[in-house]
Amino acid sequence: MDRGVAAMSAPAALEVRDLVKRFGGLAATDGLSLAVTAGELHALIGPNGAGKTTLIGQLSGELRPDAGSVRFRDRDVTRLPAHRRAAMGLARSFQITSLFPSFSVLDNVAMAVQAHAGHSFRFWRDAGRDRRLGDPARAVLERVGLSARADVYASDLAHGEARQLELAMALAGDPALLLLDEPMAGCGPEESARMVELLRSLKGTVTILLVEHDMDAVFALADRITVLVRGRALATGTPAAIRSDPAVREAYLGGEAA
Amino acid sequence: MTRPRFALLVMLAVGLLLPVVAAWMGEPFYVRLGTRILVFALAAVSLDLILGYGGMVSFGHAAFVGVGAYVVGVLFVHASEYTPILGLTATQNALIVWPLAAAVAALAAVPIGLISLRTTGVPFIMITLAFAQMLFYLMTGLKAYGGDDGVALWNRNELPDSPALADNTVFYYVTLGILVAVLVAAHRMVRSRFGRVLRGAKDNERRMRALGFPVTRYKLAAFVIAAAIAGLAGALLANATLFVGPQYLHWSRSGDLIVMVVLGGMGTLAGPVVGAAALLLLEEFVPELMNLAKPGLGEHWKIVLGPVLLLLVLYARRGLWGWIAGSRR
Repeated sequence: MDRGVAAMSAPAALEVRDLVKRFGGLAATDGLSLAVTAGELHALIGPNGAGKTTLIGQLSGELRPDAGSVRFRDRDVTRLPAHRRAAMGLARSFQITSLFPSFSVLDNVAMAVQAHAGHSFRFWRDAGRDRRLGDPARAVLERVGLSARADVYASDLAHGEARQLELAMALAGDPALLLLDEPMAGCGPEESARMVELLRSLKGTVTILLVEHDMDAVFALADRITVLVRGRALATGTPAAIRSDPAVREAYLGGEAA
Repeated sequence: MTRPRFALLVMLAVGLLLPVVAAWMGEPFYVRLGTRILVFALAAVSLDLILGYGGMVSFGHAAFVGVGAYVVGVLFVHASEYTPILGLTATQNALIVWPLAAAVAALAAVPIGLISLRTTGVPFIMITLAFAQMLFYLMTGLKAYGGDDGVALWNRNELPDSPALADNTVFYYVTLGILVAVLVAAHRMVRSRFGRVLRGAKDNERRMRALGFPVTRYKLAAFVIAAAIAGLAGALLANATLFVGPQYLHWSRSGDLIVMVVLGGMGTLAGPVVGAAALLLLEEFVPELMNLAKPGLGEHWKIVLGPVLLLLVLYARRGLWGWIAGSRR
């Protein structure tokens, strides 16, 4: 089914080929291939232990694969460290909320804006009054609906708000690919619904690879879904195709998505 | 006026008036004590830039103070013996020697930082300590410059065509001016884009990398800047005490600097100044008081310091400055 993807006409924002990552005897990623087409919202699902976290580590640059390659924007980034990939436009959010707790919400986003505004060897001007950081940061907060909380410390946010901020920081640099690691993790039904709406509003403007446990959210949002089982891509296709794929049902979905 | 601002003004007033009061009391010794406090405040502020703002617990910061002091000492030896150094005549001009001390300390910090910053946490503490000890033993081995005993200086560095620095009060005010200038620059720096990267890396380094910051580069820059300021403090220390010796680089001196920062308040600029004043004043007067109670008891003054530190860490987590400036987040 991966071969079908390669034949598609739209360019791939991200292309993973024959990726392998072993921890001792265990192959957490076992010959995985995957392509994310520019503009799509591509979801990655799989049971616990399927290797989702390990894959994200390798995509973002925190883990070095043992074999295979990762291409991002037509460039081999397999050996590039995380910060270089981020500078190229690969933004990520974290499964466990990862913010700057002692900074305000606005300054959290301003930090993300600053990351994409050239080098930071600027020692004199007050960054807090720099509109080149503040204005874009405010615009992103507006986009995710957090404007009212701009001046609150990030550590004081409710869980759902922290997830929104996490997303805002990933969005700040106009990324070429957004890697979302379980954005709904720990959210209640209401917070999840808000996040789904938010992601829906982003669809088409940003290329997204979404790793998520919440099946309702995945099937509601994804253009395409890849099912990961034991470190391999078991199937890739539209939500409808995945839903009716017998191998997928066997391996993973069970009665859940019926 | 806000409380921190008021406290800063009081501190500045005390700093400006100290020599006047000392003269009025007929106690010129207080000017020398004040100079020492200012010099250590400068070193402590530089340590806090990396420790409090950057989260880098360097246990070898005194090494950079020592390197700065040795620049003064080495040049003094060559100037007094009329021997050239690296083919050049050794100068005693403060406007050259002091920046040179900062530059040499910064230069030493580049390889040390490059290697140390490959680690974080306890390994970082240990590796900075190890480098400082290496420099300590290097200095004890410099027989031409006093070895273990160090070098006594006959006079201070000079300003061009002016013997003014020889005067203790003038030297005090020059040191005060340098400290204030460094504090102003540091105040700008921690609020600048660079400062944000530094503070962000302390808050959440992994996130900084995921955002695209080459964090190590910025941390190294901060490490080198802090070393430069420490080197300048070392040059001033040599001039204040008219002595340069390996004990300036001893690990316990690095510990003293950490105590000053923690005591005064990490991650603030005024804190290390307050901490340096508090520690040196305790060191000066507690032994005296204890000797009054029983002669010889003053030797054990750290028995008093220990509980004081303990209480502060337990009850004033943001240090003396946090307590002075009132609670703020």
